[in-house]
Parts: sequence; C-alpha cells; structure tokens
Amino acid sequence: MSGEKHAHPAAEPLPGRVLEQTGVDVARCYQCGKCSAGCPLAAEMDYPPSQIMHLLQLAGEFPEFAEMALRSHTAWLCLTCEICYCRCPMELDIPKVMDALRHEALRKKKVNPKAKDILAFHRAFLDSVKHTGRLFEMGQVVDYKLRSGHFLQDLLQAPWMFLVGKLHLLPERVRDRRQLKRIFARTLKARENRP
Amino acid sequence: MKTGFYPGCSMKGSAREYSESLLAVARVLGRELPEVPDWNCCGATAAHNLDHDLALALPARILAAAEKKGMDEVLVPCAACYSRLKVTRHELLEDEKLRQRISGLVEADYRGSAKVVNIIEWLAAVPDLEKLVKKPFQRKVACYYGCLLVRPAGIVEFDRPEEPQSMDLLMAKLGAKPIDWAFKTECCGAGFSVSRTDLVAKLSGLILEDAVSRGAEAVIVACPMCHLNLDLRRPNIEKRAGKKYDIPVIYITQVLGLAMGLPPKKLGLQRHKVAVKFAPAESPVPGVSAKRGA
Repeated sequence: MSGEKHAHPAAEPLPGRVLEQTGVDVARCYQCGKCSAGCPLAAEMDYPPSQIMHLLQLAGEFPEFAEMALRSHTAWLCLTCEICYCRCPMELDIPKVMDALRHEALRKKKVNPKAKDILAFHRAFLDSVKHTGRLFEMGQVVDYKLRSGHFLQDLLQAPWMFLVGKLHLLPERVRDRRQLKRIFARTLKARENRP
Repeated sequence: MKTGFYPGCSMKGSAREYSESLLAVARVLGRELPEVPDWNCCGATAAHNLDHDLALALPARILAAAEKKGMDEVLVPCAACYSRLKVTRHELLEDEKLRQRISGLVEADYRGSAKVVNIIEWLAAVPDLEKLVKKPFQRKVACYYGCLLVRPAGIVEFDRPEEPQSMDLLMAKLGAKPIDWAFKTECCGAGFSVSRTDLVAKLSGLILEDAVSRGAEAVIVACPMCHLNLDLRRPNIEKRAGKKYDIPVIYITQVLGLAMGLPPKKLGLQRHKVAVKFAPAESPVPGVSAKRGA
C-alpha cells in the first residue's frame, strides 16, 4: 500500500484528528455535492467543499490527499457562511472542518501561498485586538498594508471615511489589557510556537 | 429583565450610524441600553480561522462580564458578533469540560446565564411598535439578512435559515413593502472586504442586482459587515459589474427611526457612501422632498 511509502509523521491520520477536533466524521459524507452546489465561492476554489470531504475520506490511506486538503486554497476561501452545513443531508459541519484545516495548516506552515493576503488580514486583525482589546480599524489597515505590500489599496477611502466620522485616529482600549494579553499567550501564541 | 448592549468594534467606528440610530430609537422606546462593562472584540472571523480556543475565549470574556453585572440578556446588533457570542454560549453549555477550560482562560466562572439576542428579536418583542409610526416608510424594500443571523440554524434557533421572514414582518409594520427575492441570506463576502475585495465586489454585486431587478428601492440590513460591503464597497461593485447602482443600503434601526419621525441626521444617514434618497413616489420620506404626498 502507498501508506508505507508515505509514512505520516503524526500518529493519528488527518480524518481522526478532524473528528477529534470537530466531532465531524468525514466517512459519513456520501458525496451528494449539495455543499459545492450552494457554496458562493466554489468557483474560486481549487477543490470545492465536497472534494475536500472526499480527500479527507481517503486521507487515512493516502497521506498525499491529506497534504492536498491541508495545502488547499479552499480552506482559506471558506467564508463560514454556513450554507453547506445548512443544506447537508448528513448535517456535517463542513465550516468547522475548514476551521480545523486552517488551524493545522497554520501550525505546520502549510498555508496555501494564494491565501497570503487573507492570512495577513487575520493576523493584522488579531494583533490589533491583542494590543488594545478592541479592533482599531485604522491601525489594522495600516498593519495589513505593511504585511501584504498593498500600500495603495483604498487610499482614497480613508480621507472620506474620516470626513464622515467613520475613521478614528486613536484606538479605543479595554481597561484590563493584561488579561487580554494572557488570553492570547495561552491560545494562539502557545499553539503557533508548538512544533 | 436587565438588557446589556454589546456594540462591538464596528459600531464604534465604520458602522457608527448603526449605533447612533439604535440608541436614538431606544430613547423613544424608553429602553436603557447600558454597555457590557469593559467589553472586548469578539474575535470575528480572524479568531475562529486561526485558533479555536481564542475564538471561544474572546466572546466568553464578554458574556462573563455581562453575567457578573447581572444582565439577563445581551443585545448584539452586529450579526457577526451575534454569531460569535451565540456559538460560544452554545458550545460551552454543551460541553462541561470545554466550559471549564475556557472559564480558566478568561479567569471567570462562566455559567451562561445571559442570553444572546439579535436586533430583530429585540425589536420584534417591542409591544405595539406600529403605534409609534408617524411617517410610514412606504418603500419597496429588500430585506437582507445575510448569513449569520439565521445560520447555523441549530445554534441560533432564529427564523428560517434560507427564507426568513422576521425582518420582512418588521418592515411591514413600519409601512414598507418587503419584496420577494432570492438573495436574502446569500453571503456578501463578509470579512474579505479588504483582503479579497474582488470577491466581495462579485458576491455583493449579485445581491444588489437581484434586489434592483425585482424593483426594490432600498436594501435593509442588520449587520455592519453587510453594510460595509454593499455601501462602502459600491465603487468596487460598480466597476466589476460595469454599471451603476443607486439603491441605498439602510440599517433596520435607521428605517425604524425614519418611520418614528426622527431627523435623518440623528440616525447617521449622512454617513453613507450611497446617498439615501428616493425617486418621488406615493409618499415622501422624511428629509427628502417629493412631488406627491400620500
């Protein structure tokens, strides 16, 4: 079997880890394709949701399929609009599976390169929250520009937003910011530093 | 019944007119809306995309603070924040071990006593709302619920997940004519507004096209993200579609305020990218001149 040739480093294969983290047993999917039919971004994905489920079903035996799912653009394009979960005849929480794939791709540094702007945005967002406890929109957008290199994007929006009073130049802060920092240190930061 | 208010970050910044109109309306209704003490960001899409525990801990800290203050329910007008708070409460009440672990993270014993309420539920519970209507909002409206008010259905347990009616009923009470349309709960592109503006322009464009082609005069929303994408991103939508869309996007609380006869400025209508004005019709809209009166 190809399982020997591609010995997987983790003891538990990916479908088992997904089950453990999300409670979703991918084996229950019978490939009706309703999720892919309803997904607003299926056309932009490298594998539509039903194919991700299929990859996961086979990932225990063929580790290369686990790699394809983890390195997919799909995981990062999923908007969590929940339409797939809503329509799934087996009531499989596919958005939760996408969350699990993102978490693992991030930990194992297997994020699809096409998702770099999306990831840069999420990181800029959480950094802002970590420091002030609330999202500071202006600071986050500047941070995103630095991370993504898209310096000119929306440059003309900012003065208009400022004029109509939608853009603040100073952040709002949570009083107990130390507690927020502790929460971040025990969650996202702890996990990202784990090999 | 003590109701707390969780504004969330958007309503303090890019969606401040949602907050302004809500508070203006609440004053007329005689309802006090004290903010949840020292509230923090709910973590939004970014947190649940990157870390499961963080995505639960941030909302849990908010809910624990509301609980400590003795609030029986928390009004969360932003649909995205509502979803995060509601999902967190659900997950923690379902799983005792998880509840204990997240309680440890937020340094409070979270019990789940405060309920999470969205803006439509809160308004629908106001008795005799129609009696407060001074200037019926006699326009054809497309009620846009978006994704997160109604899904996942098993968790939010609010209205139908694909053909909801609650906002339509509320609009009808205010004199509006809700239209039948296909994009009530289709996704606007949500958190991709900055990182994948191209996709937001595509998805939000489909929503506007359907609303306009079925004769809607305004799109009504209950979410700052939906508003941002349909209103502030209008130039991106128009560029992609190669056509102009004049249809305004109005918060549910702004429509209520207009119907109550509150001045448009108090409701923050001047802060929209797309001007809130209508072609002369059967009835004038407050602050806008019309040729014929109803």
